[in-house]
Amino acid sequence: MSDPRELYQQVILEHNRKPRNFGKLETCTHHADGQNPLCGDEIELTLLVQDGIVQDLKFQGHGCAISQASSSLMTTAVKGKPVAEAEILIEQFREMIRGTLDPSRDPNILGKLSLFQGVKDLPSRVKCAVLPWATLHAAFKGEASASTE
Amino acid sequence: MNQPLDIAKIREDFPILAMPYKDRRLVYVDSAVSGLMPKSVNERIAHYQAFEHTNVHRGVSQLSQEATDRFEEAREKARSFINASSIKQIIWTRGTTESINLVAQTFGRQKVHAGDEILLSAMEHHSNIVPWQLLAEERGAKIRVIPMTDAGELILDELDTLIGERTKLIGVTHVSNVLGTINPVKEIIARAHAKGVAVLVDGAQAVPHMAVDVQDLDADFYVFSGHKLMGPTGIGVLYGKKEHLEAMPPWQGGGSMILSVSWEKTTFIGSPGKFEAGTPPIAQAIGLGAAIDYLRGLGLDQVSAHGHELLAYATERVKGIPGLRIIGEAKAKASVLSFVIDGVHPHDVGTILDHEGIVVRAGHHCAQPVMKRLNIPATTRASFACFNDKDDVDALVEGILKVKEIFG
Repeated sequence: MSDPRELYQQVILEHNRKPRNFGKLETCTHHADGQNPLCGDEIELTLLVQDGIVQDLKFQGHGCAISQASSSLMTTAVKGKPVAEAEILIEQFREMIRGTLDPSRDPNILGKLSLFQGVKDLPSRVKCAVLPWATLHAAFKGEASASTE
Repeated sequence: MNQPLDIAKIREDFPILAMPYKDRRLVYVDSAVSGLMPKSVNERIAHYQAFEHTNVHRGVSQLSQEATDRFEEAREKARSFINASSIKQIIWTRGTTESINLVAQTFGRQKVHAGDEILLSAMEHHSNIVPWQLLAEERGAKIRVIPMTDAGELILDELDTLIGERTKLIGVTHVSNVLGTINPVKEIIARAHAKGVAVLVDGAQAVPHMAVDVQDLDADFYVFSGHKLMGPTGIGVLYGKKEHLEAMPPWQGGGSMILSVSWEKTTFIGSPGKFEAGTPPIAQAIGLGAAIDYLRGLGLDQVSAHGHELLAYATERVKGIPGLRIIGEAKAKASVLSFVIDGVHPHDVGTILDHEGIVVRAGHHCAQPVMKRLNIPATTRASFACFNDKDDVDALVEGILKVKEIFG
């Protein structure tokens, strides 16, 4: 990453300022808390899954722009999608952050989420970007909490 | 009055400062997380490892005797550094954290029982909280907290009421790692002693910034780490009053700490050996001794004055930045500057500053109760040492302006 602007693009900054689907679902089928013990970031995820489709989901918590924007963009990407497709997104997102998937070359369904590929060059920030995705994965599996440790 | 520090000359003692970082001048304003190591310390450690090393307190060889002498000379340097009356009061540990755990598990276990209280200040590092919580849990004791103001000063009005009949120990940091506050530990100790309560002082952030005299403070225990003092990691000091150390049981058991061992009964040597089971961190202790020599060579008063000057300059400069708020505005501060910026999380500040070649700490600083007390998730912290200059502060300010520009 030659310039932090490559990571801190307008879309990420805008989602950080005005996160989508922020809050907590009153009625939910899945719920998980995510924590990054190293930096103290926290996220609470509530989901309504019906007939294998993520009908609705919300997140709340606090953290840096990367974790907030990653959470916000994740909710917009996953909402209305089948759980199986969301799981593919989780895997592809992780692969992109690990650097094993290049969104400009390899087939993927990441769309806007490819904005986060700059994170792969910032090892100390990988956990920030991955936190909501790890939490989503935990929620699907019926686990109450996820930690990036 | 001695001459002020020759910063340009001091910078030559730290090879890393001459190396480009992110294609520019490294601005290391993160000494509160760990000090950079001067060449002399590195060379001393390398020389020991190459030519002087064997185990200490063992064997009859000249090599072993000389290694022991170097190791014990370092202990004498640590003694003199904090003006302890005897080297028997200087116990080597892995660092501040281990020193506190040692006290909690020996002195603490002897003194603290069900219903007793341990009093800690609101601005402690986790290392001076968690060992006491573990002890309190084990003993059915309670932790109480000395409150602080929004500016980051301890509120001592109620100290005499907080110290109750059940208070068995007070733990307080000399200098807050987040806020920079220099606490009036001498006064706290005097008031605790008036009620017969012992005080452990966490000196990790104090010893790099000021001359410390444990006898003048009348501290029961004083603890610090080597690496915050420009020494190596894996070495620290526990100072204790003679009467406490004599009454305390051994901590870990093993070689080096015994008088005699039989299947029926083992007897132990006195302090410090009683608390130093096993082969100690020899090179690290000698390295710490060299770091103490380095700091004393510069002059602790000069180091302290330089830190204050940089802190005053940095405080003045960042104050003018809109949306920036300084966290920790105590009247007495060491050269630690924490801040938050409206709408920007400290981790993002840290990432952007790093890209500009500026190394700071961003996070909760292992002091989550301080963050909660001040209702902030984290701060960005710059901390200054003898090799920092006003150019470093100016670079920091430029970096903060870049953060603001990116975040709009």
